[in-house]
Formats: sequence, structure tokens, C-alpha cells
Amino acid sequence: MAGSGHISRRDFVKLTTAAVGTFIAAAIGLPAIAYLVDPALKSAKADAWIPLGKFETFEIGRPTLVSFTRSQVNGWEKTVTSHGIFVLRKSSTETLVLSNKCTHLGCQVNWKADKQEYLCPCHDAQFNINGKVLGGPPPRPLNSYSGDQLKVENGTLYLHFTEG
Amino acid sequence: MWKKLFAWLDERLGLNDLYKATLDRPEPKGNWWNTLGSASLFLFVMQGLTGIFLSVYYTPSPDHAYDSIQYIMTSVAFGWLIRGIHHWGSTLMVLVVFIHMIRVFVTASYKYPRELTWLIGVGLLLCTLGMGFTGYLLPWDQKAYWATTVGTSIAGSVPFLGDFILKALRGGPDLSALTLSRFFAAHIWMLPAALAGLIGIHLFLIIKHGESAFPDKDD
Repeated sequence: MAGSGHISRRDFVKLTTAAVGTFIAAAIGLPAIAYLVDPALKSAKADAWIPLGKFETFEIGRPTLVSFTRSQVNGWEKTVTSHGIFVLRKSSTETLVLSNKCTHLGCQVNWKADKQEYLCPCHDAQFNINGKVLGGPPPRPLNSYSGDQLKVENGTLYLHFTEG
Repeated sequence: MWKKLFAWLDERLGLNDLYKATLDRPEPKGNWWNTLGSASLFLFVMQGLTGIFLSVYYTPSPDHAYDSIQYIMTSVAFGWLIRGIHHWGSTLMVLVVFIHMIRVFVTASYKYPRELTWLIGVGLLLCTLGMGFTGYLLPWDQKAYWATTVGTSIAGSVPFLGDFILKALRGGPDLSALTLSRFFAAHIWMLPAALAGLIGIHLFLIIKHGESAFPDKDD
């Protein structure tokens, strides 16, 4: 037996049974686990370049609201979410792109031209034209998009939007 | 170590007696036809397991039933396999249960003292057919919808009580969301519970009486 290089009939049967059993267990078990955890293996990340409008048409010094919708498919259910973006052209080359989502609880802020500030209708939060918190409960400034998240192509301003 | 653990458990659970009673019991000479009961039991367990897996994604609502099955078939890893096994397993189970019944009839195994085993077997057959009937509606496609329309209409042709039976089965005069959800409840809770209970009694009786010997010339 051991050391002789010869395997007894009993040990051979044991070994073969164990090997075949392991193979069958894996053949049944692995697909079963894959089936259960499948949604976790799928990337929910989606990104797209969203055209915000002709760059030239944005008025210098006044934030303009651009709205767009994104749809997401979860299993067999499709949900559509709308997003709002404030585009502020500071000069002929410089732009500031802000999300209109209040950083407090996610309400949509409005631009008040007379006060020159963003006002959140939910809890009276105020942000200045650059998105900085002036008052109210928000913990941080409005989210801004800059650098390689923006591009101008053929005169159109694009926003690189990612979700998930 | 393992021997000690087993001895401790055996002393309290009677594992050895259990093993002798269920798997090491004396059997009369038989053949492959005697394995159909075990095959039915295996199929029941397999349908139960694949069914539990399907319920992870399936949604019993007219808005989502069809789409959720499409999702299982096209998007979920091995979803096609799990539903395929459940789909074909159901047909196979009805077939195997039926041949099992014919074998018991032909070898006269239903006679004294096994009449109760046979009667419970009848209950098991009806439950199996009920599982097939209720499961057929769940994909909520045209075939499922009209098969259930016809099936419940047949039940509705019973004299006097027919109209009530039809409404009770459909959850109203027409097929609706109520029909789908009550068929789903019957398919995953009521009928499997009844099946499991009856299978328990069926197995107990088989262990109690042992298997019947095939009749010979003198019988």
C-alpha cells in the first residue's frame, strides 16, 4: 500500500468516489451559487456623454438650468430619473457646471436671480453662484463637474455623466 | 474523535436504528420497476429545490410574471437551466408517478395490509396533478392563460356547485391578478405542504410494512 506505489482496490474506489462526488457537487453547486448572486456580478455602472447645449448660447454670468433624463433597467423593471444641471458661463472660455441637487437631502435647488443665490425649497438652504453654502443645513457645496468631466465638441458642451 | 462524536449522537438520536429501518431493511426480490417510488421522491425534492431558486426572481403579478421569467431565461446566470429542469421535471414527475401507480396496480401491491399506502398514493397523485395545473399558469403567457381558462371552466361544469367552484378557483368570475396570486400560493405553499405531509405518511407505511413481494403462481 503506502510507499509501495501500489494502490489497493478499496483505496482506488474511495478515491474515485470522492473525485466523482466532488465533480458532481461542483457541477450542481457552482451554477446554483452563480444563479443566486448573479445581480451582484452585473455592473450597475452606466456612463454617457450628455449634450447640454450649444456653448455659445449660454449667457455669460447667468446660470442656466439644463434638464435630462436617464433610464435604468433593474431586472425586468425600468426606472426613469430626471436630472438637472446648472451651466454658468463665466467668460468666453470658463464654465462652471453644478448639479441642482441640494447636498442636504437631495431636493432640487432654484436659481434666484434677484438674490444671486441658489435657494433650496425644502429647508431654505442657500448657495452662492459658485455653489458654496451660505446658510442652512447642507454639509458641503453643490457638486460641480470640471476637468475631463466636460468637453466641447463642435460647439456643443457635453457632460460626462456616471451613475451607480 | 469522529467515532466518539457519532457514538454520542447515535445514543441520543438512534441513527443506527434509523439507518437500518430506512436503508438497510430486508427487501423481497424486485427489479427496476420497484425504484419508481424513490424516483418520484427524488423528483419531488428536485422540483422543490429548483422551485425555491425560481422564486428568487419570479414575481406573481400580471405586470411582472412574464417579464420576470424572460429575465430568468435570458439574463440570470444558469436561469435557463434552473427553469428548464423545473419545466421538464414537472412533466417527468407526473409521468413517473403515473407509471409507479400502474406498477403497484399490476403487482397487486395495494392489497392488505397496504390499502392505506395506496389511498395516500391517490392523494399524492392528485397533489402532483394539482402542482402541474397551478404551475402551468405562472408563466402568464397566452398558453398559460387559456389553459387555465379552460381548466377552471371544466371545474365550473360541476352540477349546482360549479359556479361557486369556478369563482373560488379563479378568485372571481374571470381570470385576473387574483387567479395568478392564488395559483402561486397553492403552487408554492399549500400543495407542496400537502405533498410533503402525505409523502411522510406514505414512507412511514412503506417502512412499517416493507415492500410487497411480487405475486407468484399460487397467488
